[in-house]
Amino acid sequence: MTALRTTRSGRARQYLALLCYLVFLAFPFLWLISTAFKPPRELGSLHPTWIPVDPTLDNFRQAFDEQPLLQAAANSLAAALSAALIAVVIATPMAYVMARHRTKLSTAATGWVVVSQAFPFVLVIIPLFLILKNLHLINTLAGLIMVYVVWSLPFALWMLVGYIRAVPRELEEAAAVDGAGRLRILLSVIAPLLAPGIVATALFAFITAWNEFFFALVLLKTPEKQTLPVVLTHFLGAEGVADLGPLAAAAFLATIPSLVIFAIIQKRITGGMLAGAVKS
Amino acid sequence: MRVRALAAATAAIALLLTGCSGDTDGKIRLRFQSLAWQKESVDANKHLVKEWNAAHPDIQIQYVQGSWDSVHDQLLTSFEGGEAPDIIHDASDDLADFAYGGYLADLGELLPERLTSDIPQRSWQTATFNNKVYGVPFLQEPRVLIANKKILESSGVRVPTADKPWSWQEFRQVTKTLTERMGKGKYGIAWPLKEPVSVTLNLGLSAGGQLFHRGDDGKVTIRFTEGDGVVPGTIHDQVNTDKSASRSTLGTGGSDTLPGFFGGKYAMVPLGFSYRQQIVQQAPEGFEWTVLPAPAGPEGPAQGVSPQTLSVAEDSPHKKEAAQFIDFMLQPQNMVRLARGDWMLPTGTQALRDPSLHTEKDGWATGAALARDLRSAPAQSVRGYPEWKDKVATPALQEYYSGAIDAGELEKRLVKDGNLVLARYQR
Repeated sequence: MTALRTTRSGRARQYLALLCYLVFLAFPFLWLISTAFKPPRELGSLHPTWIPVDPTLDNFRQAFDEQPLLQAAANSLAAALSAALIAVVIATPMAYVMARHRTKLSTAATGWVVVSQAFPFVLVIIPLFLILKNLHLINTLAGLIMVYVVWSLPFALWMLVGYIRAVPRELEEAAAVDGAGRLRILLSVIAPLLAPGIVATALFAFITAWNEFFFALVLLKTPEKQTLPVVLTHFLGAEGVADLGPLAAAAFLATIPSLVIFAIIQKRITGGMLAGAVKS
Repeated sequence: MRVRALAAATAAIALLLTGCSGDTDGKIRLRFQSLAWQKESVDANKHLVKEWNAAHPDIQIQYVQGSWDSVHDQLLTSFEGGEAPDIIHDASDDLADFAYGGYLADLGELLPERLTSDIPQRSWQTATFNNKVYGVPFLQEPRVLIANKKILESSGVRVPTADKPWSWQEFRQVTKTLTERMGKGKYGIAWPLKEPVSVTLNLGLSAGGQLFHRGDDGKVTIRFTEGDGVVPGTIHDQVNTDKSASRSTLGTGGSDTLPGFFGGKYAMVPLGFSYRQQIVQQAPEGFEWTVLPAPAGPEGPAQGVSPQTLSVAEDSPHKKEAAQFIDFMLQPQNMVRLARGDWMLPTGTQALRDPSLHTEKDGWATGAALARDLRSAPAQSVRGYPEWKDKVATPALQEYYSGAIDAGELEKRLVKDGNLVLARYQR
């Protein structure tokens, strides 16, 4: 028992480490916000300040003026939400089968899931492009959503399999004794208990799709279809030159939806993870 | 309830699936992918497209915004999938793979005499591969020295002009003098060499550097001559021997040197001509700066450039119309608009004569005077150059400039390792 106790100095060191980690995580974001509100002259200053000396909204104005940010945000939101929803709907029953029925097929499927994660974007992009072209899905959000679903599915499966394995089998057996069928068990017993896992998986799929750049760049052709990460690159010139102020302003706006969604559902994730952990 | 939600989601996806539609009105529709990114440049491009569309109701151009950052991968995939834009904005050093791969149309027969004769032969060479023209070079930028006027004038060094630039030896001496006058922690020059290869090769032309030599059999080999060593040697000595060049900027991009330049830490920064736009935007009030020509060698102030180009996709069913649009975009007065929008120089001789490109303000006159000495960048038509650049030359030059390896090792790596790479592409 004494071994588990942490000394006061040990606790202080832990908090210090945590603080360092938080600063490490927060630094780029805070710098982004600071840059978004700085006029061009401050961006070229040899001694930059955290708080803009002469804060301005011009970068935001310019960003909206030059690029269709709202349209791009709407496209990103549609793609990311659809991808997250579809990935979860497909992955949940698959994960259930893989978790509950350990056959050679499920082992092979698990192996394939692992292998599929090893393919880099550049290897699959041209075959994928040709397949989508044959399906007339180039330059459509539907095509992009399909790609995002497929891309996030393996990891979503892995996550959900872990969650399902943590749900006691006895609950299913009790439901079966009461006459519930497979679908009823999945929907009424497993799904509610899995809620935190499903939310976490959906969040993962959403953020993956929201931030994704390369597929969107290659698959979407017309400006009105492009997503935020692609539109953000329009503030970049040759040789890494950037229109820094508007880029920071647009990038700051692009992070907000992810933060909002995460803030809304994070309580549910942690709450769900802890639920039932301790017998009362 | 759940079933209803699922049905709603399915319906939404089905709606998304129907997002593509075709054109049936008989008009020719061409996609023009532009890489313009600065507001003035985007505006100029969009205005020109608008003017074209108003004057040509049967040939409508759709403006599509691309990005310099990812254009190669994006185009490659589009070409492979047969979905490339009809009119493609790119740079001549990115065209070789696409030209040799058969993805770009030969423009030789498609362009009018007005345009072909307006652009000098040395510019056409930048977009010519196997004697076929795969792009129209239209904007270019020399590398210039942007200098802090006050520091320069107070130091007493000779101020170079386009007609009488510094020699490389004089340039080295000047940076030494400036560093001595400026005091501790300050430097006569800051070389931003995140991408050291193009800077080294392009400036090296002035000293007779060529590095890539094409034999009678058409095969290219790398040889390191005395001229090839002048530019790298000067930079190396400024950083490591004279301490007149900042070591900390060697791994940075051009924009990263500007705060130090504005703050008086560096007297000069060698940058592309278009960086002037950023300087005008970001320089503190009252900051005085000037544009100087890059140093010259025995070959004069010659330097290599990779102009921006307009090409037509081989798969485009309307190549003739696409070429007509390019001709319109590159009418002299339009070329001037594009050049001013991008803060670059037009390749067209008529456009280059425009008075607005010869004003002293913002260094336009110095740049315009350098246009006659711009040549095709040495290696851009060499197959395997991108791999040589990334895997051999970039690390070798970075190590040499930082003092980690000597000139002998640099030469060995550029030549021996480099020729192995090129050989694989020329079997």
